[in-house]
Amino acid sequence: MAEREQKRKTAPERESETVEEVLTTSESGEKIKAELDDLLDEIDDVLEQNAEDFVKSYIQKGGE
Amino acid sequence: MAVPKICGIETEFGIIVRGGGESNPITASSVLINAYVQELVRTGQAARTAPRVGWDFEDEMPHVDARGTTPGDARPPEVETHLVNAVLTNGARYYVDHAHPECSTPECADAREVVVWDRAAEEILRRSMAAAASMLGPGEEIVVHKNNSDGKGNSYGCHENYLLAREVPFGRIVRQITPFFVTRQVFTGAGKVGVEAPGLTSAEVPYQLSQRADFFEEEVGLETTLKRPIVNTRDEPHADAQKYRRLHVIVGDANMSEVATYLKVGTTAIVLAMIEDDELGLDLTPTAPVAALRQVSYDVGLRRPLELVAGTTMTALDIQWEYFDRARKYAQSRGLECVGEEVGADVLARWEVVLSALETDPERAADVVDWVAKRRLLEGYRERHGLEWGDPRLAAIGLQYHDLRRDRCLAARAGLQTLIDPAEADHAVSNPPTTTRAYFRGRCLQKWPESIVAANWDSLVFDVGGDPLRRVPMMEPSRGTAEHVGTLIDECDTAAELLDRLGS
Repeated sequence: MAEREQKRKTAPERESETVEEVLTTSESGEKIKAELDDLLDEIDDVLEQNAEDFVKSYIQKGGE
Repeated sequence: MAVPKICGIETEFGIIVRGGGESNPITASSVLINAYVQELVRTGQAARTAPRVGWDFEDEMPHVDARGTTPGDARPPEVETHLVNAVLTNGARYYVDHAHPECSTPECADAREVVVWDRAAEEILRRSMAAAASMLGPGEEIVVHKNNSDGKGNSYGCHENYLLAREVPFGRIVRQITPFFVTRQVFTGAGKVGVEAPGLTSAEVPYQLSQRADFFEEEVGLETTLKRPIVNTRDEPHADAQKYRRLHVIVGDANMSEVATYLKVGTTAIVLAMIEDDELGLDLTPTAPVAALRQVSYDVGLRRPLELVAGTTMTALDIQWEYFDRARKYAQSRGLECVGEEVGADVLARWEVVLSALETDPERAADVVDWVAKRRLLEGYRERHGLEWGDPRLAAIGLQYHDLRRDRCLAARAGLQTLIDPAEADHAVSNPPTTTRAYFRGRCLQKWPESIVAANWDSLVFDVGGDPLRRVPMMEPSRGTAEHVGTLIDECDTAAELLDRLGS
């Protein structure tokens, strides 16, 4: 853990980028959830109908 | 000074035949590739006379080992000489390898070009599926996946290739690239539902970072189909062997995310340049690299420290940060000309962003990192339908993420960032990079396909009638670019004229 803290001190640019990334608003959180819901709707539409058969029958030969 | 990091990707694709037809994957792969080539001929995009160019195997030497000997018990990979293979006008090679269709991009000057021609390879596979449809029975369909595992213990690769200077001691390469390969999965991993290593169940490892980690058993070696090594020692440069090495990398996953492909190739190229210039000065060797590779893959929390030979412990992210910090210093002191200054700077910037995101909250990398994007779909679906990890619908999502059919591909719907314009990939289906010897190969195949008898990575063999066959050596990957030969090719009407003017 001491190693990690030391890294933070010697890499100030990285730290400020990290701080910027952390800034979120509840609004963007809602947007992300809505996007995910749409995505899951799409998956429901296009996902293999018989998942069990599909997964069982998906067999490949070993390659490189 | 590091040599230009000319690079490329060769992808073995998963293939299935739906609708109860011929299920032999070698046959299906052959049908697929033949269908594509026939389509090119039919639409006037390939030779009116000679439909396909065969691969000249004279110089293939996959059994030569970079360590200097061929150990007695190593089984060198076989060179398959009689299965379908084609060389395309974009300089790529498209062929059947070990029961998989395989497409190898042409030689690219930088990581961005690799993304363009890798996307072009996907498009080629899509067009092949469409072309094959007319050759199959009613209700039959060939389906191709860009992945590396069938969930049943079988794996196939996505290999990267990088040009290096011959004089770099192979031992240094192994020592310094191994920790990088063990840990880069944190942003290159494509994600996998379950586990395929002996002795582990999917209850213990419901999800992991990498498709390939389960299949690696050695630190260094020549094998590619069993006892796979983290560092492959194949020494087959397809170029002037006095000057060059080609590092053949088998440990990576196939990526659906353009930025992940870009980072995979771009960061590795920079690290190899540092190794070449002996600028890395790092020894982060894990005490047990194979175990470490698996551990990193199974550790979706990205928190478990790895034991290093040096006596310390570091997490995979910390090891990546060390490589990144060194890379940034190297860029400042030596420049990044060998990987492309602009591309190199962009790779560094994005590498930093992705490591920061993974460190803070991996979800933030869901638009770039395949294993995160895939997990987001899986966790969301699990929650919505109240599923356990063993539910086949989750394994189906894991596979369908990699389905190359546009109407089925889940990766295409996952909100991944793109790097290139789709028009660039379309153009790259038929046209080579302008920046490497692939240009010479591609242009000659476009203009004089009926005069080219055989092609290798490092030569073209012409038949200009009457004469004996004429071989044009292409031993220098950085020569034969648009700048060198573009005007010459434009000006020559015939291949005979080209050969005269080349002075051969």
